[in-house]
Amino acid sequence: MLAYSLRSLAQGALVLVAVAFIAFSMFRFVGDPVVNMLGQEATLQDRRELTERLGLDAPFPVQFARFIGNAARGEFGVSYRQGRKVSDLIRERLPATLELALLSAIFATGAGILLGVYAAINRDGFLSNLVMTGSLVGVSLPTFLIGIGLIYVFAVELRWLPSFGRGETVALGWWNTGLLTDSGRKSLIMPVLTLGFFQLTLIMRLVRAEMLEVMRAEFIRFARARGVGERTIQLRHALRNTLIPVVTIAGLQLGSVIAFAIVTETVFQWPGLGALFVNAVQFADVPVMAAYLMFVAAVFVVVNLIVDLTYFALDPRLRSGARLAKGH
Amino acid sequence: MRSHEPETAPPENVSPAPEPRLPALARAWDSDLAHAFRSSPVAMLSALIALTMIGAAVLAPLIAPQNPFNPAELNLMEGMTRPGQANEFTGRSFLFGSDPQGRDMLSAVLYGARVSLLVGAASVAFSAVFGVVLGLMAGYLGGRVEAIIMRIADIQLSFPAILIALLIFGVARGVIPPAQQEDATLILLILAIGLSNWAQYARTVRGSTLIEKGKEYVQAARVIRRPAFVIMLRHILPNVMGPVTVIATINLALAIIEEATLSFLGVGMPPTQPSLGTLIRVGQQFLFSGEWWILFFPALMLVLLALAINLIGDWLRDALNPRLK
Amino acid sequence: MTAPPPPGAAPVLEVRDLVFEFRTRRGVLRALDHVSFDIAKGEVLGVVGESGAGKSLTGAAIIGLIEPPGRIAGGEIRLEGARIDNLAPDAMRRIRGRRIGMIFQDPLTSLNPLFRVGDQLVETIQIHLGLDDAAARARAIALLAEVGIPAPERRIDGYPHEFSGGMRQRVVIALALAAEPDLIIADEPTTALDVSVQAQIITLLKRLCRERGTSVMLITHDMGVIAEIADRVAVMYAGRIVEIGPVGAVIRAPRHPYAAGLMGAIPSLEGGRARLLQIPGAMPRLDRIPSGCAFRPRCGQAFAPCSERVPPLMAAGSGLAACWLLDADMTAEAAR
Repeated sequence: MLAYSLRSLAQGALVLVAVAFIAFSMFRFVGDPVVNMLGQEATLQDRRELTERLGLDAPFPVQFARFIGNAARGEFGVSYRQGRKVSDLIRERLPATLELALLSAIFATGAGILLGVYAAINRDGFLSNLVMTGSLVGVSLPTFLIGIGLIYVFAVELRWLPSFGRGETVALGWWNTGLLTDSGRKSLIMPVLTLGFFQLTLIMRLVRAEMLEVMRAEFIRFARARGVGERTIQLRHALRNTLIPVVTIAGLQLGSVIAFAIVTETVFQWPGLGALFVNAVQFADVPVMAAYLMFVAAVFVVVNLIVDLTYFALDPRLRSGARLAKGH
Repeated sequence: MRSHEPETAPPENVSPAPEPRLPALARAWDSDLAHAFRSSPVAMLSALIALTMIGAAVLAPLIAPQNPFNPAELNLMEGMTRPGQANEFTGRSFLFGSDPQGRDMLSAVLYGARVSLLVGAASVAFSAVFGVVLGLMAGYLGGRVEAIIMRIADIQLSFPAILIALLIFGVARGVIPPAQQEDATLILLILAIGLSNWAQYARTVRGSTLIEKGKEYVQAARVIRRPAFVIMLRHILPNVMGPVTVIATINLALAIIEEATLSFLGVGMPPTQPSLGTLIRVGQQFLFSGEWWILFFPALMLVLLALAINLIGDWLRDALNPRLK
Repeated sequence: MTAPPPPGAAPVLEVRDLVFEFRTRRGVLRALDHVSFDIAKGEVLGVVGESGAGKSLTGAAIIGLIEPPGRIAGGEIRLEGARIDNLAPDAMRRIRGRRIGMIFQDPLTSLNPLFRVGDQLVETIQIHLGLDDAAARARAIALLAEVGIPAPERRIDGYPHEFSGGMRQRVVIALALAAEPDLIIADEPTTALDVSVQAQIITLLKRLCRERGTSVMLITHDMGVIAEIADRVAVMYAGRIVEIGPVGAVIRAPRHPYAAGLMGAIPSLEGGRARLLQIPGAMPRLDRIPSGCAFRPRCGQAFAPCSERVPPLMAAGSGLAACWLLDADMTAEAAR
């Protein structure tokens, strides 16, 4: 198990280095960082000094190594547009995005598994057909339209929920949470539904398909032949076998919730990283883009690791495989 | 497949041209795919909707009531007319209403759909060609070429397309001088969306290529030393077109949504040459004051278009039944 | 060989005129056509035939594991005299595992890979016998020991993938016997196993069932297995039983031409009649079953009545066979 975790950790590190290389290349080759920071009117002297101070005169591998070293400490320099340290910008906005993404992920997984199991068990029921058709419409519905639709109904017409922002937040150290106030919680509802909806339809369809597949397996027939009740077969025997493939794909999907938050945050003017990134793209603010890219990659690596560990917990075949590998 | 040549010469009073075409048409009508199509009401309805919308969008300059982006045709007095109601000053009525500048929303939607479809179709064509070529190379050549291509595809597939498109777009913004950025947007969008979607084609085509490569006819072609690219194009490509068509159809819906999303985020088509996404972005600000139609009709067009194409893609996947995951 | 069942003893299982149909878009397909047989207490009935003859379907119909569009369209199934073919789902579920056990072909796929062997045993025991956890576990260990799993108190906590194919089939047998059923339906129990362990599994099954007096319906296409453990044998063809009788008699002197062809297809052990009879043609598909005797198109001895009426099972030697050749009137008429 240890060896297996180490291997996926090494793979994750490799992905991080590859993404870091892309981020670094953006830094180095998109526009001239010196011009970007000093403006067109700076003197030659100023430019030479800054070039030296930024280490831009060093050989390429040295610069890349420095970049990775800085990135590991969360330092990506100063935003071209806002003139503030990128690490500060990220830290301010991280809680908003993480709270949104985490709640969406929980919503999408929970509701997705429930609906998927329901649709699989009551295969030809009216409600499951409705849910399945709805999910197909959902795939064709762009995220931003869902958000706009929710805003129109619940903020403009019914005036139940705020249409933008996080509401009041409470500071716990450097972490600003919206979970502790009424207005903060109300503000979360629509963004969470919007962000979670796409993943929900995806997970639901996946769970249904996998479960129907598992229900055709021989061991299910054998369980019936042993006299096990249908509900026990569905919820004990079939569900666990269903969840193994679902965990992988759902896990990867949830990693992308962070990136999908870009759209949701724009619709709800949510002060998170996604909105920061969209602004950076509009103005080619390379340090912010690079930092965001590294952040998303890091989230992916962490999610992958968690998925691998969950896999171990769920599938005994892997556990003994790892035991064997360790024995040799 | 080659059409069956008639053995006897055609009678002289019949022109030879339509002769071989008729059986071809009849064959197409009689094929399994056509049968499946005629027995699926959902597919037929979706095709009807999609074709109507595509037709209306392509013919927009001919059928739209006005050119919504020619200032000379707009009348400010006619601004904010409700759908189907007569304007209080001029008495003119607009089926889909009008925006604050007196622009007919029906015309705006038709022109917007035209831009959306153009970007969607072009980016799908781009990613399909790019992905198929890389997939063929990976599958046929193998070795290091395969390892590198598939590794990049794997990494890219684990990130959402919208993020990749945004990055490509942002980088291009940094490289292209500001003065030319607006003109370049269309091309940039096509490239960004196209480049963010090639990996799925490459993966599928590589898989099919590996299967075809092992078959006898390809082995025979290799034995007689046909050049690699001839074998790939003549022998392998036709056999992977089924899955590619399915992916391309579904991707067309995705690309249209992706373009709308980018434009909605403000990094796509500018308001002077709007796509459906831009129109929705602009319309959003009128939602709070109750002028819902400025947003509603572009949104409806977008959803119907995406849904119809998605349903066709779904049906096509079932009908052709290639092994897709 | 055990003696044939004493006449008068009530059979454990009675199947009478069982008809099984599939409703498809192209009409109703009849997969079982008036199948009738009994299994006496402690008896082993072998059921043989080509794949598609309806052997497995008969087993599935008895234990009530049929899936739509298939359905029982006629006939009766009685377990110790009481009808079970028309029970409510929950009543039928209580019979499965408790009074009728089942063993499937492939032990690799019969066990849920994510549950310990012990979990699956304890589950089955508790459903039917209502024992507490400790007692159920003790019984599970005893069962594993009985089917020949070494160190059962340790192996009970193993997962299926940690067992070899033969060992897994032993676990499956333990599961089938867990609640001491009256009848075991074994559907090709050795087909998926290595040749080297097939004999062990068959011997084990035979010993355990004899010790308990459990009846067995053994479905197989392997005449060697039948000869090894069956008391009687039923030969199926195209959804009908064409011959049924004591195993020695059917193997040595089959009365139905199809059974004769099937027996001829195994080289005899004595080496006396080692010629291999080839039956020309193939079994018809369900939607192409000919009128009269289904075997007629492939039969070298077919004559007039064969195409007109379905031959019923009639006395032939010590068993029954469904062939007009055995009907003196028909043959006499044809001879005239």
